[in-house]
Amino acid sequence: MTSTQLTDRPAAPSAQASGGPPYHRITRWWPAVLLVALFAAPYSAVPLPGLLDGPIGSPGNLQLLGQCLVFAAVATGYDLLLGRTGLLSFGHALYFAAGSYLTAVLMVGGGLPLGVAAVLGLVSGALLAVLLGSVSLRVTGIGFSMVTLAFAQAGSILVARNPGSLTGGEEGLAAPAERLPDWLVGIGNTANLYWIALGYLVLTLAVVHWATHSPTGRVWEGIRENERRVDVLGLRPYGFKLTAFVLSGTLAALGGIVYLLLTGGATPQTTTSDFTLSLLVMVVLGGSGSRWGPLIGGLLYTWADQRLGDLAGSDAIAGLPPVLRVPLSQPLFLLGALFVAVVYLLPGGIARLPERLRAARHGRGGGSAGS
Amino acid sequence: MATIVLLTATGLGLGALYFLVASGLSLIFGLMDVLNFAHGALLSVGAYATWWAASGHLPGAGSDGAGFALAVVFGTAVGTVAAVVLELAVVRPLYDRPREQILATVGVGLAVPALLSGIWGADARTFPGPRALSGTVALLGARIPTNRFVLVGAALVVLVALRVFLGRTRHGLVVRAGVEDRAMVTALGTDVRRAFTLVFAIGGAAAALAGALGGLYFGSVSPGQGTSLLVFAFVVVVTGGMGSVTGAAVAALVVGLVQQFANYYAAGGLGDLSVVVLLAVVLLVRPHGLTGRLA
Repeated sequence: MTSTQLTDRPAAPSAQASGGPPYHRITRWWPAVLLVALFAAPYSAVPLPGLLDGPIGSPGNLQLLGQCLVFAAVATGYDLLLGRTGLLSFGHALYFAAGSYLTAVLMVGGGLPLGVAAVLGLVSGALLAVLLGSVSLRVTGIGFSMVTLAFAQAGSILVARNPGSLTGGEEGLAAPAERLPDWLVGIGNTANLYWIALGYLVLTLAVVHWATHSPTGRVWEGIRENERRVDVLGLRPYGFKLTAFVLSGTLAALGGIVYLLLTGGATPQTTTSDFTLSLLVMVVLGGSGSRWGPLIGGLLYTWADQRLGDLAGSDAIAGLPPVLRVPLSQPLFLLGALFVAVVYLLPGGIARLPERLRAARHGRGGGSAGS
Repeated sequence: MATIVLLTATGLGLGALYFLVASGLSLIFGLMDVLNFAHGALLSVGAYATWWAASGHLPGAGSDGAGFALAVVFGTAVGTVAAVVLELAVVRPLYDRPREQILATVGVGLAVPALLSGIWGADARTFPGPRALSGTVALLGARIPTNRFVLVGAALVVLVALRVFLGRTRHGLVVRAGVEDRAMVTALGTDVRRAFTLVFAIGGAAAALAGALGGLYFGSVSPGQGTSLLVFAFVVVVTGGMGSVTGAAVAALVVGLVQQFANYYAAGGLGDLSVVVLLAVVLLVRPHGLTGRLA
């Protein structure tokens, strides 16, 4: 992660100086460099003081990094709706939770091995997206957001009620170790889980990249810009929107399965609207509609979420006067305030920050205001 | 028979609560295209302000009689001020960016309940209500909690007041016209932005009142109460047709009743699911909601 930031930073000024090719040559290769670095992370014993506790390759850190990768991928899949098609879904948590819960229930309740349960869980998650997407897309704009939220809330209630003791209610549902292959069980095998998370991220990026550059992706772009115009051109937006919804939901369900393996269980927190909102925060923080924005946002958010939790419980906070201590001890307050600040101060998110800085520098140097 | 009367009364009480939340939400949405995710936070602010005042922190206010009425007025006033501050500080600067307006309210909706739980703890607090409202009234063989009547009465007053305000006053005319066609009203030289602040104030007052009365209904206040009621308010707004106050009233009634009856006659918790099924059915049959307003 840090290594690419270091290679990226000197590259930016050189682009200013020469105006193009060398900068492009370097930026074209940084994803590959990052991928190699991420792949090698479990072998690394280098500590990142301040960012992580202890060496990168320790099981605890791999677990955290794995979660960062999963959420980076889920946010990227979510942006297929928000940033690429312009659909603001407030129920994305449902498909993520469907993947992890259905797989876990099929293993625990149905006694199926992991492979079969995962495939069935993924297919059911996709079917759920087809069913609920086809209903909620009957309303447009904000109505769609509210309807997806209502469906997700129903799912959340269903999980919390623990029907037939299948979902475990508040406790969640642990993945049964005896149904998992040996190479996924135990602290010593955290690296394997980490690589699965990395594989999921690469797959999601590939699918999103491929889909948005396909003819369907161009129609999505048209729908985002002006849905009525697409309609007038003779293309029914409904089918295209449903395609985006199902693809995004299926990717989320797959993410849920990876998350189930990584954390060893399905938790009711992943069914709540708060979880969808945190996906939204990730996407907007990183930059909606950009290729790397949701990924950056997901990584940053998951890491910050973990560290804010530590900060909130730390002695430094406990010693402050109440006026400062009360808000600072609430991670969700910090997150909400941060989100409002990002919406205001960073339109386009972190992904557009270099561009904005460059424009500002040009504006000052050249006199002509870059917009 | 007694059970049906009791369920109807409870359903009406819940429907009244939903209407109070949904009316403001519906107006704000209809006029500004802003889905106010902080609306639940306004409800929680109103609920906590009423609880704070009724627990004896405000001189003159208390948990009984006129003191309680004062506490409710205080809670509603605090909610109204919070709504105006929200509009002026968070929503108005993002006037040209409707999606960012919604996102900013999402942030506020996350931050405010967290702040409340930081100050007063994450657990529910017992809500002190007047003794006169804690009893039951015998009606057609059923013993109905008195606070249900208060809720329904308050919702009726708010409904009539909103209809009179929207239908008979000049400000109401501007708001109605703004809901129909914001661009045209602006083009005709009327500043719709003042109407925005006004609608936010009205919405905030209704939400805060819902918070205060919700305390009576549930017997407690908790930071997450507003957010969970907000989801059902969304269902009401979509079912009723967006931007329509009357539609919201009808839908709130239906949703409240369906939820109560399903909770009693089907397995526990199915009431919440049946509401969502109801929403799906309405959308399949009438995609623009009961009143047929464009979404």
